[in-house]
Amino acid sequence: MKIMNCPLNGPRNISEFTYGGEFKLMPDPASCSDAEWADYVFNSDNAAGVVREWWLHNASSYWFLAERHTVTDQIIRTFDAKEIFTQRVEFTPPTQEIAG
Amino acid sequence: MSRLPAPMGLLIDRDQPLRFSFDGSDYQGVKGDSIASALLANGRWLLSRSFKYHRPRGPLTMAGQDANTLVQLPDEPNVLADAHPLSAGMDVTGQNFNGSLDNDRDAYLGTFSRFMPVGFYYRSFYKPKGMWKVWEPLIRKKAGLGVLDLKFQPQYYDKAYLFVDLAVIGAGPAGLQAALTAANAGAKVLLIEQQAVLGGSLTYARFDVEGTRAERLRGELVAAVEGHANIQVLKQATCNAWFSDNYLPVIQGRRMYKVRAQQCIVSAGSFDQPVVFRNNDLPGVMLASAAQRLMRLYAVKPGQRAVLLTGNDDGYLAALDLHEQGVQVAALVDMRQQPADMALQSAVAKQGIACHLGSTVFEALHEKGMRHVSGVDIRRITAQGQVAEQGLQLDCDLLCMSAGYMPVYQLLCQAGGKLAYDEQKAEFAISGLPQGLAVAGSANGRHSLDNVLLDGTLAAARAVAALGLDAGIGERAFSGEARVNFDWPIFPHPKGKDFVDFDEDLQVRDIVNATRIGYRDVQLVKRFSTVGMGPSQGRHSALPTARLVARATQRSIGETGVTTARPPFEAEKLAHVAGRAFDPYRQTPMHRRHIQAGAKMMPAGIWQRPAFYGKAEDRERCMQEEARHVREQVGLIDVSTLGGLDVRGPDAAELLERMYTLPFKKQPVARTRYALMTNEQGVVIDDGVCARMADNHFYVTATTSGVDRIYQQMLKWNAQWRLNVDITNVTAAIAAVNLAGPLARQVLEKLCEDVDLSPEAFPYMGVRSGTVVDIPARLLRVGFVGELGYEIHVPARHAERLWDMLMAAGAAFGIRPFGVETQRLLRLEKGHVIISQDTDGMTHPGEIDMQWAIGRKKPFFVGKRSIEILEAQPLKRKLVAFTLPKDSPQPLEGHLVLKGADISGNVTSCEYSSSLGQIIGLAYAATDQAEPGMQIPIRVEGGLVVQANVVQLPFYDPQNLRQEL
Repeated sequence: MKIMNCPLNGPRNISEFTYGGEFKLMPDPASCSDAEWADYVFNSDNAAGVVREWWLHNASSYWFLAERHTVTDQIIRTFDAKEIFTQRVEFTPPTQEIAG
Repeated sequence: MSRLPAPMGLLIDRDQPLRFSFDGSDYQGVKGDSIASALLANGRWLLSRSFKYHRPRGPLTMAGQDANTLVQLPDEPNVLADAHPLSAGMDVTGQNFNGSLDNDRDAYLGTFSRFMPVGFYYRSFYKPKGMWKVWEPLIRKKAGLGVLDLKFQPQYYDKAYLFVDLAVIGAGPAGLQAALTAANAGAKVLLIEQQAVLGGSLTYARFDVEGTRAERLRGELVAAVEGHANIQVLKQATCNAWFSDNYLPVIQGRRMYKVRAQQCIVSAGSFDQPVVFRNNDLPGVMLASAAQRLMRLYAVKPGQRAVLLTGNDDGYLAALDLHEQGVQVAALVDMRQQPADMALQSAVAKQGIACHLGSTVFEALHEKGMRHVSGVDIRRITAQGQVAEQGLQLDCDLLCMSAGYMPVYQLLCQAGGKLAYDEQKAEFAISGLPQGLAVAGSANGRHSLDNVLLDGTLAAARAVAALGLDAGIGERAFSGEARVNFDWPIFPHPKGKDFVDFDEDLQVRDIVNATRIGYRDVQLVKRFSTVGMGPSQGRHSALPTARLVARATQRSIGETGVTTARPPFEAEKLAHVAGRAFDPYRQTPMHRRHIQAGAKMMPAGIWQRPAFYGKAEDRERCMQEEARHVREQVGLIDVSTLGGLDVRGPDAAELLERMYTLPFKKQPVARTRYALMTNEQGVVIDDGVCARMADNHFYVTATTSGVDRIYQQMLKWNAQWRLNVDITNVTAAIAAVNLAGPLARQVLEKLCEDVDLSPEAFPYMGVRSGTVVDIPARLLRVGFVGELGYEIHVPARHAERLWDMLMAAGAAFGIRPFGVETQRLLRLEKGHVIISQDTDGMTHPGEIDMQWAIGRKKPFFVGKRSIEILEAQPLKRKLVAFTLPKDSPQPLEGHLVLKGADISGNVTSCEYSSSLGQIIGLAYAATDQAEPGMQIPIRVEGGLVVQANVVQLPFYDPQNLRQEL
């Protein structure tokens, strides 16, 4: 069984984790086109190579990110999401709503 | 039967005789014998009949690696006689024969072999269609292996877990040396050995003319290993697979160790390879290493007059072994033009053994019945695989052969290792192993003893370096060594019976013909011919098959390769891998009260909940009575399974605004609000209520089956948003009931003094903190069942007392408990949807009339953008309410709604309502069928179509007066 290194709990059996999907940044929902939004919601790159993925350590309900090579299944590194999300995310109200 | 004198017989204790029987005759062995060694000591060589032609077979390897020794024990079929220890009184029988093992009436099948070409069964019995079913039982009986004991006594098998720095698989010279080197450097080592003694080839093989080095070296290494505090040794244990990151299942007796090793060295050795010639399967024809094992391990003299056929120098050393133990060596036949070490030839010659260089055995001879080899036909080799017309015939009762070695590559290939054929050495070599896995010794193509030891040392030094330790060993150079593999030890005979695969009775022409029929890929050759599919899994057939397929298809042996190695390495019992079956379920803290009240329990997610209170056969009556009681008096239901999330912090309202569709920032403290959740696709995934306990504190309920997922989603989103909020799943910490019915307030008033329960002070959708007698409680006024109702949430430890106090206080008002099925009927009457029952993976809010629950002015919530896109498109279906007369056939969940010849939807909920006196339900239908007053055709049981009336929701109390009392 594969071992994954949880940034919070250290190396654990892969059976303790749940895959949380490909990591992708959300386009600005207020300004992106329908096609861009649909692409974000429904399509995955499914690349052969190193990809970023969400993983959850089940027992501690801790989400983190992993870089994994999808061909060799080698986990290159795992890290806390705050490495990418360095500050509080804000959503701005759509202008026409404010006008209305 | 006498045994050879010591030091022969490493494994046996001559002073402890054991009586046993084989095929009805009594024999005597000694303690330490395998079944096969004891039988051979008694001169009994014929142990089994072959799979297809029922040819007589005896041991080939004496190491549990061939199918020739499969025998039957009373309680166990297909036992390897050369691996299974003998015990007193053992009752052993042969298997796969018709009549007796010695006189098998099916032996005639061998003479028909030319009518049973490769792929015979596939080609002959599959047509016409269906005929295989007729033939199969007959063929299976002819080819049958052992018999299961259906009255077996179950035995206890268990699992154990080991965590080590280094696992060394195989305790031959390389493994012993590797284990010692690593242990001396401070690593915690697990050494795994299949045999009962450590030493591997040191226990049976000869490495020098004097014949003393192996035993001396073994003594030194084993003493050091067995006394070492850092080494744990598992003997008679098999590592049966390699899984990712060195996760190793090691089977020993009735236990499976699940070993996790940081580093792993496979020093599993190599398999001695047979030579392919006519009748190479006769009893008395065995690998040279098998004869050596017989003598050194069991002190059994393998014959009186031997011929030794070899392709390397080891054969000369084996000849010296035989000669020393009193076996007359009639000839040493070397397929090469000369040995690599000429000193060996003179050593052999000095013993009077005749050497036939550049020659081979072309045919093993036998007398009638083929029960034992009786002689050989020796021919000069004239070209690759070809021999001279005339030869020399010699009498013998033992023919030992060794064509070279095949690395034990199985575990390494499971780990992703690649086999490459080295044309120079005529050997397969392994490369491309993952980090943390290494190979050492003869499995790594090192064959001289000094090189093997050095390889073990260096592999261990690299492994401990990876562990951060230092073995203090620099790189050292290997010395040159002679080639050990003869490049073409295959001599087809015009009359065949030149076996490539003993398990499956496959001859040279079977493999060649498979390629002629068009199967060029070795994987396809395997599937068509079944080569390598037998119990020995290609240990002896993979190399000759690769060579034959390569030549027949004009490719290199490297290109041809061998078939995929998959776990398990050797046969393992289901008991070893079977585990205890877990079927986890959860009970609420009031569970005992439901049982005491006679509840019929049902599964709800992983929870057990009361469906209703009464006998299963009284379902309808109980439900209708319980429902009427809630509508007219007061009922009590356990809703502890409802998910509960505590959301606290300055951003609590902000988080809920983003997670749920409605706004929450302006929600007043002490009020609840309906909460609907969609996912990024705009699909409805959960609902509940958000109760604002304080400015920075919400108590949020979620569906029983959804809460864990919802909780995880909140955490995942906030790993990105970084809001200042703390989310806790308190589902299991909190027990809850819903006290519902027009008399609910009067019941609660008797128990709750610190909350003003009047409708003005505590209106519908309010939430209060208070105490029920002395139990701290959160009181929520909700209306799921459509009556005046209080959800009472308390710490789980008070659950039974809360239940008891409410039942006692309600007695005067005729309180009775009601179950989940009753609740589902009551909510259906009110038209409340249950997420995941009345919604599916496509449902968006517009389809279930939930547009009112969308906070359109919010800048964002999960699913907002998708909902906007969906709403801009025409609605494809809609959830509608329908009624049918009481006496109509009642639709069930999943029944189809029709529109002309098409399906436009399906029923999601349907019950008979005694309050309304009709059948009521919810169903998806096309938008042009969805207006109240229209009719929708529903196809019910038996294909009957009923016309249901589409109506406005709710069915019951349309003004919602009762829940707001």
